[in-house]
Amino acid sequence: MSSAIYNFISSYNYYIIIFLMVSGLFIVVSRGNMVKKLVGLALFQTSVYILYISPGKILNGTAPILDDGYSVYSSPFPHVLILTAIVVGIATLALGLSLVIRVNEEFGTIEEDELFDNELNNE
Amino acid sequence: MNEHAPALVVMLPIIGAVLIMLIRHNNLNWSIALLSGISTIYYSIILYLNARSLGTISYAMGGWEPPVGIEYRIDEFNSLLIALIAIVSFLILIYAKSSLNIELKKNKISTFYSMYLLCLGGLIGILSTGDAFNAFVFLEISSLATYVIISMGNDRRGLLAAYQYLIIGTIGATLYVIGVGLIFIITGSLNLYDISIKLGDIELYRPLLASLAFITVGIALKIALFPLHAWLPNAYAFAPSVGTAFLASTATKVAIYLLIKYLYLVYGFDLVYSNQIFIFVILSLSIIAMFGASMIAIFQSNLKKLFAYSSVAQIGYITLGIGIANYNGLIGSTVHIINHSIIKAAIFLAIGCLVFSSKIVNIDQLAGLGKRMPMVALCITVSSLSLIGVPGTVGFISKWYLVLGSLEQGWWVVVFALAVSSILALIYVGRIIELIWFHAPVVGMDSENKIPFEMLAVTVLMTIATIYFGIDTRLTGDLAKIAVENVLLGEQL
Repeated sequence: MSSAIYNFISSYNYYIIIFLMVSGLFIVVSRGNMVKKLVGLALFQTSVYILYISPGKILNGTAPILDDGYSVYSSPFPHVLILTAIVVGIATLALGLSLVIRVNEEFGTIEEDELFDNELNNE
Repeated sequence: MNEHAPALVVMLPIIGAVLIMLIRHNNLNWSIALLSGISTIYYSIILYLNARSLGTISYAMGGWEPPVGIEYRIDEFNSLLIALIAIVSFLILIYAKSSLNIELKKNKISTFYSMYLLCLGGLIGILSTGDAFNAFVFLEISSLATYVIISMGNDRRGLLAAYQYLIIGTIGATLYVIGVGLIFIITGSLNLYDISIKLGDIELYRPLLASLAFITVGIALKIALFPLHAWLPNAYAFAPSVGTAFLASTATKVAIYLLIKYLYLVYGFDLVYSNQIFIFVILSLSIIAMFGASMIAIFQSNLKKLFAYSSVAQIGYITLGIGIANYNGLIGSTVHIINHSIIKAAIFLAIGCLVFSSKIVNIDQLAGLGKRMPMVALCITVSSLSLIGVPGTVGFISKWYLVLGSLEQGWWVVVFALAVSSILALIYVGRIIELIWFHAPVVGMDSENKIPFEMLAVTVLMTIATIYFGIDTRLTGDLAKIAVENVLLGEQL
């Protein structure tokens, strides 16, 4: 029993990541509003950022700046990657939102149920 | 300059894209696009020849040595695909000018060329990079450009298709990153070659399997493997014709290459194919794609949508070869990547001609086309026949290898599936051919623009290629054989 608790606490960050990931994906699938879908998508992407960053942390390690007083550093590598991924995420979100604006201009609604039934599948 | 060719093939289209966006000149944009297209072809051919004579090229991007820096690994397989994509997209660029003038608003044309080149650069980047995370970045570059291309057409439904693809595509790319993240946690490396070595002595089997699953599903969303294909028909149907031809002939093919790379070069044949469930899933999804998508295609009334569903079915053939996983099956896949790229370019370019001359979108409007526009009608007929796999066309070559491969495995069910799905293709193609040649023209369809020479020339050239490579397989079949022998099976044989 105590080992189960220890396991949970030592990897609780991964449980948070999985929770964020699944809830983001659930919002994307379940919501019909185009903006809400993008919010879910952003949440989904953000959870991945934490997935990358959390294994880079080393216990008792400090920021990776060379200094005589410290010998253990956290890995800076994931941060660099995630900086790139954040930029990609912002670009995707910006493009998605501008598409939603254009959809609203053209169709007058951003509810997928109405749009997709009336427009895409109606041939 | 030639030693920097791996970087140049990626950079040249992207530089062209930026230039066009900055200059935004209505007469210059086409020339800049052509210029960067042709220089990309030049360097891609140099790359291929170098890879053939020197073996695998490892290029340290920015001078940072791998595995720490980003490595570009060029072998006989990916340089072949880079050359293919560069050539096909250049030909489509020649065609683009007149077609875009009709189908796009004037102020959007510069943006279109820019996005086209950006997408091309991203796709070539995915092919040439040897770094898992770099591949993700290029995947997103090409995808973002694709979303814009799809949304630009005059049909407002393109916006919905682009949005739909944006959601699905981003989920796919994110799943891919999760998989890469798991590999990174296991091995501590992002260099694909380095990973493939380190995975050899990994004992943690379950996270490895999870990463394989994430990466496969993520890429499968981009490939549009059958149950994950929902975005593709709408995206192809409502994009501008030039965009459709470009995407259909390049984007999905590159994603397939990425999948092959992971299965064979990163995880390795032994790990992937000792897993019975994995093979079963890939094979059954491919076969369902061949049947299901062809069935849906039969009932389509929108011309572009019909061929979009046929693309989903054809992708099933390519992944089938990956599932068969022996020498002939892999050649079938590789050849079909090349062949399907040519066929779909020919078909969608021909449809672009129809949209240009008389705004044809539905199949009924094809009636009597053989009398009104015999040249375009002939192109559609011939390239549709290659789609079925009639002997003497490229489609036959790919199916031949696939049948050989499945016979070697003793999988008669698969051979049967190949035959039946060809019959299904015959039904939807037959409907079109019947309308074109054996029906009287619809009245009131004569508001025709004359199709410009270069549009017709590119379409005819592509159509001739579908026959030429069906008879003379030295360029496609033999190069695919070399690619499969030296790269994919190099370590097993």
